[in-house]
Amino acid sequence: MSMTPTDEEAMLAASAGEFLARRAAPKDLRSLRDERVALGFRAELWHEMAGMGWAGMLVDEQHGGSGFGHFGSSLLCMEMGRQLSASPFLSTAVMGALALRGAKPGPRERWLRRIADGEAIVALAVDEDRRHAPARTRLAATRDGEGFVLQGEKRFVIDGQAADAFVVAARTAGRPGDAQGLSLFLVEAAQPGLAVRPLDMVDSRAAAVVTLDGVRVRPDDALGPIGQAGPLLEEVLDAGRLALAAELAGIADEVLRRTTDYLKQRRQFGQPIGSFQALQHRAAELHCQVELARSVVLRAARLRDRGDPRAGLHASVAKAKAGEVARRTTEEAVQLHGGIGMTDELDIGLFLKRARVAGALLGDRDFHADRVATLLDF
Amino acid sequence: MTFEEAPDAFRAQVRDWLQANCPPEMRIPPLGEDDICWGGRRWVFGSDAQRLWLERAAAVGLTVPGWPRAYGGAGLSPEQVSILDEEMLRIDARSPLESFGIWMLGPALLRFGSEEQKRLHLPRIARGEIRWCQGYSEPGAGSDLASLSTRAELRGDHFVVNGQKIWTSYADQADWIFCLARSDAAAPKHRGISFLMFDMATPGVTTRPIKLISGKSPFCETFFDEVAVPAANLVGPLHGGWTVAKYLLTQEREMISGRARGLHDGRPLRSIAKELAGVEDGRIADPALRAGVALAEIDAIALEATIARYVDEAAAGQEIGDRSSVLKYCNAEIAKRRQGLIVEAAGMDGLRWDFQRRDGAPVAQDWLRSRANSIEGGTAEIMLGIVAKRLLDLPGS
Repeated sequence: MSMTPTDEEAMLAASAGEFLARRAAPKDLRSLRDERVALGFRAELWHEMAGMGWAGMLVDEQHGGSGFGHFGSSLLCMEMGRQLSASPFLSTAVMGALALRGAKPGPRERWLRRIADGEAIVALAVDEDRRHAPARTRLAATRDGEGFVLQGEKRFVIDGQAADAFVVAARTAGRPGDAQGLSLFLVEAAQPGLAVRPLDMVDSRAAAVVTLDGVRVRPDDALGPIGQAGPLLEEVLDAGRLALAAELAGIADEVLRRTTDYLKQRRQFGQPIGSFQALQHRAAELHCQVELARSVVLRAARLRDRGDPRAGLHASVAKAKAGEVARRTTEEAVQLHGGIGMTDELDIGLFLKRARVAGALLGDRDFHADRVATLLDF
Repeated sequence: MTFEEAPDAFRAQVRDWLQANCPPEMRIPPLGEDDICWGGRRWVFGSDAQRLWLERAAAVGLTVPGWPRAYGGAGLSPEQVSILDEEMLRIDARSPLESFGIWMLGPALLRFGSEEQKRLHLPRIARGEIRWCQGYSEPGAGSDLASLSTRAELRGDHFVVNGQKIWTSYADQADWIFCLARSDAAAPKHRGISFLMFDMATPGVTTRPIKLISGKSPFCETFFDEVAVPAANLVGPLHGGWTVAKYLLTQEREMISGRARGLHDGRPLRSIAKELAGVEDGRIADPALRAGVALAEIDAIALEATIARYVDEAAAGQEIGDRSSVLKYCNAEIAKRRQGLIVEAAGMDGLRWDFQRRDGAPVAQDWLRSRANSIEGGTAEIMLGIVAKRLLDLPGS
């Protein structure tokens, strides 16, 4: 199992890095933020990305995608992390595409093709509380004739404001806390009873509250088996966690690069501050951590592409480690930049905020450490 | 034995070979440094299985799989070596032989030694016949190794060596030493050092074990008094030993993190913690300890993945080089954390000299031993300095 990219994967990463630096860089996130762009990304840019095949990387060829796989998409997410690129890649190309694999043939064909073409945004609606806890899902799906009626509220739905459809995690049996009894439904945004309210996140990532008030769904809208969609949900979440881990590894790497550049330029006491051992060792320690973060992401991605049973464990390892490293690196970066690190003008603060949000999304370090312990049987 | 070229065929071949040749007793991770086969003239095998495993592996070059066949190796490619490692790890097979000859001197001789030196010394290392020790550190030259003051004076066909080394691992049990000595006192400190090899039985060599905080004495002081060393035992150019020394240190750092997976006790931290701290509902009883163990396991997986990545990248042409300092630093920190958590899991019992884990490992001694991990082979601070200057390109002061 090689941890080095194939020529094709390396080419994708290089061309994506170059494209994102030109078109979806920190200055572009800044303008989305300052102009208060409601979607949180530029729709026309997403179409361009889809045109390069990014939206269909995890969609198989028979549904119009490239089936490029998670290793390639992780390299792409690292580049997106480096550039703080705003796009619905995580919600739609990763989690949406994976969830729709569980759809009935008709809707599956239709939606996957639209995702791969960049024509549809699909958002996962799973969390209900302040912390990620999918097993604690309360949103009720009550049987009504052939179908179900959905009642409840979802929070921190990534790209909720742009979504054409939602993948909604609902409880059809059991109590909050039970891993069993979960179902997934595909709900179109235009359906009566569904309302979206944007949330203003510190890092300008697009997130929303979605309320479902008596929303009707048919059996054909179910993704995976009714009452037993837990494993599908877990797979969707793990793919999302891996993508976030890759983004976090990219953030950490980029922030350390910017910080070491600063240490070489900034002079105090008649010399570059990077010549002081107290600062050198902190930067070097971060470099070691950044190396570890990159490795866990690539390992987890290869395992996922191979369908290895340890893929879930390693997704959690990657999310926990990359989240911790990105948090430490961005926090240290502010300190090592000194006063200028506190200014809005410098990009470091944007990285600090994004690292914190991405670190908490779909489970923070403690959530994943607990899952690692459970999966390793201790 | 002819090894298959194609990766899949090679994997099948070594799997069969291991199945047929690795004794069952050698398919348990070693308990610690005392449970490893080090070889040497005075070596007393811990068991028949240990002897058999060494003989069988040495016969087909698998004690040093990556070395050329002419020098006792199996001539395997880096990719084949990592397949072999995977297959050994899969059945928990120990290394048939560990030694400073394999980790350090061998690679240095392969790069800098004369043909005669390679033919004489490498096969004896490969067969575990000669146990080597390393004479680098001195009382006045630790992290600042190049300031060493042991002298080597060239008199005709031999050097005369005088001085003192310290922290010489297992010097009292070693047959030969490779060491650094100052051959030109007038030259700048890095340019007057020569790399010499000699027999520890040479008149004028004495050793004295140093008792450590763990109560054990794995290190010695080594004294040289008018020791005569044949000029043919100079490795690399006269006064050019620093280049050899630096290369060897890089090898040592790679070894400490990479091949040392089998050196440290290889049992998962989680199962030790469960044994020592107890289990409730399938979980480590103390939630804070459980969280600490989980984070340590995550970091151990991260280091292991990084080693695997560097090895893969090396096979693709990007040498590990100075990145070995990243591995050395992380490995030491993780190893220390692991032992600290084991003591914590064992509570007050873990702080008794005679308390052992169920598998026989001494908890307190292992913890105390581990404190040296970030000192030996280059301190954590030296590693971070290398990372800062060579990998991050930060300026010198």
